[in-house]
Amino acid sequence: MPTNGAPTKITQGSQTKGGIGESTLRPDGTLKVTGEFAYSSDMWHEDMLWGQILRATVAHAEIVSIDTSEALAMAGVYAVMTYDDLPTDVKNYGLEIQDTPVLAHGKVRHHGEPVAIVAADHPETARRAAAKIKVEYRDLPVITDEASATAPDAILVHEGRDDHHSGHVPHPNIVHRQPIFRGDAAEAAERADVIVKGEYTFGMQDQAFLGPESGLAVPDEDGGVHLYIATQWLHSDLKQIAPVLGLPESKVRMTLSGVGGAFGGREDLSMQIHACLLALRTGKPVKIVYNRFESFFGHVHRHPAKLHYEHGATKDGKLTHVKCRIVLDGGAYASASPAVVGNAASLSIGPYVVEDVDIEALALYTNNPPCGAMRGFGAVQACFAYEAQMDKVAKQLGMDPIKFRQLNAMEQGTIMPTGQPVDSPAPVAELLRRVKAMPLPPERQWESSEGADVRQLPGGLSNTTHGEGVVRGVGYAVGIKNVGFSEGFDDYSTAKVRMEVVGGEPVATVHTAMAEVGQGGVTVHAQIARTELGVAQVTIHPADTQVGSAGSTSASRQTYVTGGAVKNSCELVREKVLEIGRRKFGSYHPAWATAELLLEGGKVVTDGGEVLADLVDVLEGEAVEVEAEWRHRPTEAFDLRTGQGFGHVQYSFAAHRAVVEVDTELGLVKVIELACAQDVGKALNPLSVIGQIQGGTTQGLGVAVMEEIIVDPKTAKVRNPSFTDYLIPTILDTPTIPVDVLELADDHAPYGLRGIGEAPTLSSTPAVLAAIRNATGLELNRTPVRPEHLTGTA
Amino acid sequence: MRVNFTVNGRPQEADDVWEGESLLYVLRERLGLPGSKNACEQGECGSCTVRLDGVPVCSCLVAAGQVEGREVVTVEGLADFAKQRAEHGGCATGACGTDGKAGTSLQDAQLGVPPGGAWGRAAKGQDSQTGEGTELSPIQQAFIDAGAVQCGFCTPGLLVAADEMLEQNPNPTDADIREALSGNLCRCTGYEKIMDAVRLAAARQGEAV
Repeated sequence: MPTNGAPTKITQGSQTKGGIGESTLRPDGTLKVTGEFAYSSDMWHEDMLWGQILRATVAHAEIVSIDTSEALAMAGVYAVMTYDDLPTDVKNYGLEIQDTPVLAHGKVRHHGEPVAIVAADHPETARRAAAKIKVEYRDLPVITDEASATAPDAILVHEGRDDHHSGHVPHPNIVHRQPIFRGDAAEAAERADVIVKGEYTFGMQDQAFLGPESGLAVPDEDGGVHLYIATQWLHSDLKQIAPVLGLPESKVRMTLSGVGGAFGGREDLSMQIHACLLALRTGKPVKIVYNRFESFFGHVHRHPAKLHYEHGATKDGKLTHVKCRIVLDGGAYASASPAVVGNAASLSIGPYVVEDVDIEALALYTNNPPCGAMRGFGAVQACFAYEAQMDKVAKQLGMDPIKFRQLNAMEQGTIMPTGQPVDSPAPVAELLRRVKAMPLPPERQWESSEGADVRQLPGGLSNTTHGEGVVRGVGYAVGIKNVGFSEGFDDYSTAKVRMEVVGGEPVATVHTAMAEVGQGGVTVHAQIARTELGVAQVTIHPADTQVGSAGSTSASRQTYVTGGAVKNSCELVREKVLEIGRRKFGSYHPAWATAELLLEGGKVVTDGGEVLADLVDVLEGEAVEVEAEWRHRPTEAFDLRTGQGFGHVQYSFAAHRAVVEVDTELGLVKVIELACAQDVGKALNPLSVIGQIQGGTTQGLGVAVMEEIIVDPKTAKVRNPSFTDYLIPTILDTPTIPVDVLELADDHAPYGLRGIGEAPTLSSTPAVLAAIRNATGLELNRTPVRPEHLTGTA
Repeated sequence: MRVNFTVNGRPQEADDVWEGESLLYVLRERLGLPGSKNACEQGECGSCTVRLDGVPVCSCLVAAGQVEGREVVTVEGLADFAKQRAEHGGCATGACGTDGKAGTSLQDAQLGVPPGGAWGRAAKGQDSQTGEGTELSPIQQAFIDAGAVQCGFCTPGLLVAADEMLEQNPNPTDADIREALSGNLCRCTGYEKIMDAVRLAAARQGEAV
């Protein structure tokens, strides 16, 4: 039975080791350190072919002709396919709007769009064959920003739109627009003693997961196909793949392979359909593995954004109003843009109390690379801007920036701009207090008796300074992120739990379709099963589509929702186990009928701790299995005109303090420390919680000082698709990250937990920016900050 | 072409190797050793790090033909490699030799290995699902214990690099660790747990001596 967000009872087994709250170790840890863990790029099949995708070399053009004859004639080539070879009428896919062609038809809309696919017996043969396909393009003007997208005579990126947003957007080159009005911002502005306006730019960030897009499609004897794949959501992939292949979903079997990170970049399909098409065409297994260059074109990125803000405050430090306009560049295809818009709008003012707001967020269709989901999902861009604004307002008021934030901090009961009350702890002021209270790292740590240790200075081993021109700065930021899918989405998960005796021991098997992408969901599922079922041995079944959907590994939702589903199914299994126990042993002890019974330490016990039976005896000759869906509380859509609506499930909060040292002469930044305080509700696995916070913090650091996909504004072509030119933080770029974890239970969530994966990615970036501003006195209205922005040579 | 070389102590022969194939490709696709990872294939991420005659290299940047006659250690052989080193030298770090040079210690460690012998995987009592029961090197165990593994794609390269660093420098400072591992990208952890793991492995080695 699905349960609809009813408060769940905490029945934490004290007698069962390895349950929730403990830092148990990953069940896949040993395989991952020995090199035996099978990632999607490690798949191998006898007689398999290699697939290769030919991608557009231009951003916007009509396709005049495609000539595949030379490629087809090459020895070792088994198939070449273009749009004309697609087997059914379904030729597009997409998460929400099916606007993305499997292979380009008539025109290409962004640099790197797939045009043709090749299968050959060696990856190099496949690459060379793809290079022999002749595509003639006729260039079209490129749409690259709001002005070119919404000009009266603008070329439409998608003609004849008939999706569910096309009716309400002000221009066909706007994917979705969400305004939010509450109170009267214009009137409130008249009460303001200070008004601060700012315009901000957020660069395009890449998820840069290390495991490249890859997978293996194996044709089945029944005409179907089995796909071994790295993804964030098997069932979402399945729904998009099957119709293009012309197969019922039952004939497209999907098994999750090892996933080398995701961070949002695997929400959309990449090579899934291409591999299946080639496998079905050739009758042979087909493996596709992107290299890093292709990976930069093979998944969506974080939306770059332009953000316009106006904040007002009274002289005693109370915010009067916020007006903002957030323009996200969605690129050529919709991907997750509509949901990103909803997030950006509804979280645009941050974790503060503001009665009067005038908010607008929108995503554009352009010919830039498609943008969609990335950790933080619309809330990241907003946080960068509103936190910069908060510092500016505090400065104008002559107030301490922490005190100013605390004075305006939301708390439980605060009404969001959407009209939705925050109905669980919102310890925003407390997180700021905690992060500020952490000891500061000592000054001039790079000094030693043997001179300066350049590794600890800006510029590092480039040996550009021994401390000359280096100044320190400290900055703070706090953010708010929603948890789970919002705006009325039916965001459920399914868990199948089986309990039986194996080898004389009670064993639980947990089977879900949850994509383990590194976050540690598999660890937590085993912990939940141990806590609920009182067993030591838990087997985690590989994730596949033989069980119902577990939803997406995104929106910080998996521990909440699939964890909740595992808990729920365990509870149902427990009831069945107790029924069996009552049937077998009920006559021996009255407590079977009267007491509250638990499963602990392999036994059935009363809540008073009296042992009634061994689970082995209860389960002898019987196996208990339950597969059930579980849902969190329902949400509702935001009104398209006012933005009002109970759109979110839960909120998640983190605060950061950044300490930086800046070589002001060369514009080089060394982040010395990034301290974080976060409320996690309940840490089911404290080790994993801290790992998530530190990892998220570091991705925020990356987009503060180094990470940006550079798109040529004239051609809309990507200039830096490599780890040589797109830099992510190394271990030398990353500081120590002390973490202070607060656990204030959310009574609506399983065990009181709070989704945690994304919040630390929000406040990290503005904290670093604030620290650099503090060190340099510069305004710095864009991220990432590059040396030329600090030296005045931009 | 045909390439003969030693991988994890075992002589290997790869046939029909194209001139353009990398050592990484040959390991992964021809020898069934996919532990070395293919995150960038351009020498930036370190996920394909192996020891080539003792020296850590990005195997994606080594042409397969260059390894003819040479010795390669991959993550799959790391546990046995560390065990051999510890047993042969009576020292877990390999830095206890008279000159402390890694190359010498490594060769010493390798001399005791029977061809095709001691490098095989310990299969006894191994759980096929979780790998439990597998014998691990100190650095591998420390990565698990410290929570340094998330998605795990960077892990093999980091393990090979960290193991080599500890061989040369058994008592590294934090700055030493960061410098030694700066060629290995990790996108999940923020590196803090990796720092913990290397410190843990160093401390455990210190206790063992």
